Amino acid sequence: MRHGKYPFIIGFLVVPVAIYVTFVVWAYIQAFYLSVYEWSGLGPVENFVGLGNFRKMFDDTTFWQSIKHNVFLLIFLPIITVVLALVFAFLLNVGGGHKGGVTRGVWGSKVYRVIFFFPQLLALAIVAVIFGRVFGPDKSGMLNGLFPESWQPWLFLADERYAMGCILVVLVWQAVGFYVVLFSAGMGNIPTEVYEAAAIDGASRVTLFFRITIPLLWNTVQVAWVYLGIAAFDAFALVNIMTVDRGGPDGATSVLSLMIYRNAFEFSQAGYASALGVVLFFLTLTFAWVTLSATRRESVEA
Amino acid sequence: MTDIFTKPELDRRTLLRRAAAVGLLATPAVSMLSACVGSSDEGTQDQATGTKSADNPLGIDPKAGVEIVIFNGGLGTKYATDVDTPLFNKKWPEAKVTYSQTEEISTQIQPRINAGNPPDMINNSGSKLMDFGAIVKAGQAADLTDLFAAPSLDIAGKTVADTLVPGAVEQGSYDGKPFAVNYSYTVFGLWYNAALFKKNNWTPPTTWAEFTALCDKIKAAGITPFGFAGANASYYMVRALLTSAGKIGTEQVLKDIDNLKEGAWTNDAVKQAAEAWAGIGKNYINKTFLGLRHTEVQLQQNQDKVAFYPCGSWLENEQAKDTPSGFEYAIAPYPSVTASDKLPATAINAAAGEIYFAAAKGKNPQGGKEYLRTMLSKEAALEFTKLTKSLTVVAGASDGVTISPGLTSANDAVTKAGKDVFMGYLFDTWYKKLDDESRAAANDLMFKDYDAAKFCERMEKASQAVAKDSSVTKFTRS
Repeated sequence: MRHGKYPFIIGFLVVPVAIYVTFVVWAYIQAFYLSVYEWSGLGPVENFVGLGNFRKMFDDTTFWQSIKHNVFLLIFLPIITVVLALVFAFLLNVGGGHKGGVTRGVWGSKVYRVIFFFPQLLALAIVAVIFGRVFGPDKSGMLNGLFPESWQPWLFLADERYAMGCILVVLVWQAVGFYVVLFSAGMGNIPTEVYEAAAIDGASRVTLFFRITIPLLWNTVQVAWVYLGIAAFDAFALVNIMTVDRGGPDGATSVLSLMIYRNAFEFSQAGYASALGVVLFFLTLTFAWVTLSATRRESVEA
Repeated sequence: MTDIFTKPELDRRTLLRRAAAVGLLATPAVSMLSACVGSSDEGTQDQATGTKSADNPLGIDPKAGVEIVIFNGGLGTKYATDVDTPLFNKKWPEAKVTYSQTEEISTQIQPRINAGNPPDMINNSGSKLMDFGAIVKAGQAADLTDLFAAPSLDIAGKTVADTLVPGAVEQGSYDGKPFAVNYSYTVFGLWYNAALFKKNNWTPPTTWAEFTALCDKIKAAGITPFGFAGANASYYMVRALLTSAGKIGTEQVLKDIDNLKEGAWTNDAVKQAAEAWAGIGKNYINKTFLGLRHTEVQLQQNQDKVAFYPCGSWLENEQAKDTPSGFEYAIAPYPSVTASDKLPATAINAAAGEIYFAAAKGKNPQGGKEYLRTMLSKEAALEFTKLTKSLTVVAGASDGVTISPGLTSANDAVTKAGKDVFMGYLFDTWYKKLDDESRAAANDLMFKDYDAAKFCERMEKASQAVAKDSSVTKFTRS
């Protein structure tokens, strides 16, 4: 059997690596190259401007607005999603307590699991359209329809104070289910004897959660954090579909990815868009690195 | 302006695909979608040519195929497949027309332009239209001087240019050279339901005092007097505001804006117009409209919940399916703002819109131009108007034909305006970024701060930023 090993490995690797190199690595190299040019995206690449595109960002208010919004998502999206997902996963798996020698979730946890996961199955574009209706600014909007008739309708997405919050709510709503499943799988790997021993010692659910579940799940939480952080650098589809004048009102929901798209394909500033992409690339890398090193701690062996 | 024919629901469908390309992948996506950096300057390919003759003024190769791409939006595509192509093939039976349609012009066409393999004739329109100024600058659009100088296909003794409404060639010209055919002719103004107005004895206003007085009456009747959709149609408001500015101080005000002249936006005419409109926003708009889309506010107008909607004459066709019987579209020119407006109250903004162009680096640019000549024939124009309830730039092509109430009303408005029909502004297609800023600023002015001075200063700043940005191709008009 050994003599077939290399053809087997190469057969599996060559195609994916080739695709990766062509469509990701090579494209990145091109983007880095383009970011130092003033290029419309419609003709030959000619005007070398060095760091000109990056300098332009400093004076671009939309750029700073976008960064601010990405940072807002970066702070709140992982925290809220991870906390909610952990609590739900805990309730689904161990929340029911220890009965008859088995640790179980709360009553009906199998049904909840499906319900939690459901948003993950919907295309983001559909989610955005649906929530556009939910946040409708007049009485035909679902939330406003629930309020008493005498109330002034809330503008939600049309009010710059709340618009970004609405986006965050949808992102969390969509993401939680996936992490519930991820954390559930992690919890499934925690030996039940650990819980049982703790339960016999009289540990409460809160103690179980903080003293056993979280430490044993730390690696999974860490990965979730990085994923969610990267998702916070995106948010393109939601912002593009849901918000006033795409990124409005008045730039109140603009994010970097939307800015890149609009500069490249609407304002014919592909060079500038590439430079923004390069910035996004480094921001994402920095974030992942900082998160992974800041959250490093001794892994607890179960 | 061409955003008008967008079908927002179709954008959404393809969004997921795009969503996947952004995020972490945004960086490579720009270069991937723009495709093949560097290959675009590899000279042009062999282009089909034929011998020029009286019958073949553009000198096309009668056997060479022509590839056309049509934007599928509010106008549909039937005019191309059922009218223009058969007409073209009647004259050139051996030339095979390859047709395709798309809802996203830039996504489909931009990579092909970059790869040096564009279609021969392109309808650049919709919310994903390509920045046409940049296309011209990049040398991707064919010079249409010979097309406009060629004899008309079916109007004897006239060149193509002779058959068009005034301003049509100018509208597609960049620094004085024609590169685009702006085919459909749009009349802008305040749209209302003539039946509702008749029932209530309301007459469209001609002065601003009449306008606000009527708005008070409409408000008392429990109807929102004025509205536009802030979520995706704020450029209607920009047009309303600048049309008023044009009426106060003549079209020169708008030319200065297009030419990025310093002080163009802080001009008294623009200030007065912004102030007048801000007053309408403050007192007569429904604040929830900021979060609504064009179709949603339109629906409310069809239900007689909104009296005036600022828009162009495509509106009637766009709403055709949803207009209840008994609803009669009619247009009123924007009322005079001051007693000393330089243009009369009847003056109206009407302009050619919807860009069609021949690709300079295609296989058969002359064929693309010949296709445009076919579209500009009287026969094709008449059928286009019948199919789309939209006028074309071919002058008088639909005279004597019974058309819809809205279009009749638009026609009347143009007649009444006489010599005071003005083309308006071009900065929205020249400088997309400035256009973008004007939309956000108009929303702020009408829904939130009602501060005319702030509006003017903000736009002035944005305009001067464009003027100083060397990466933006500048155009001028006179």
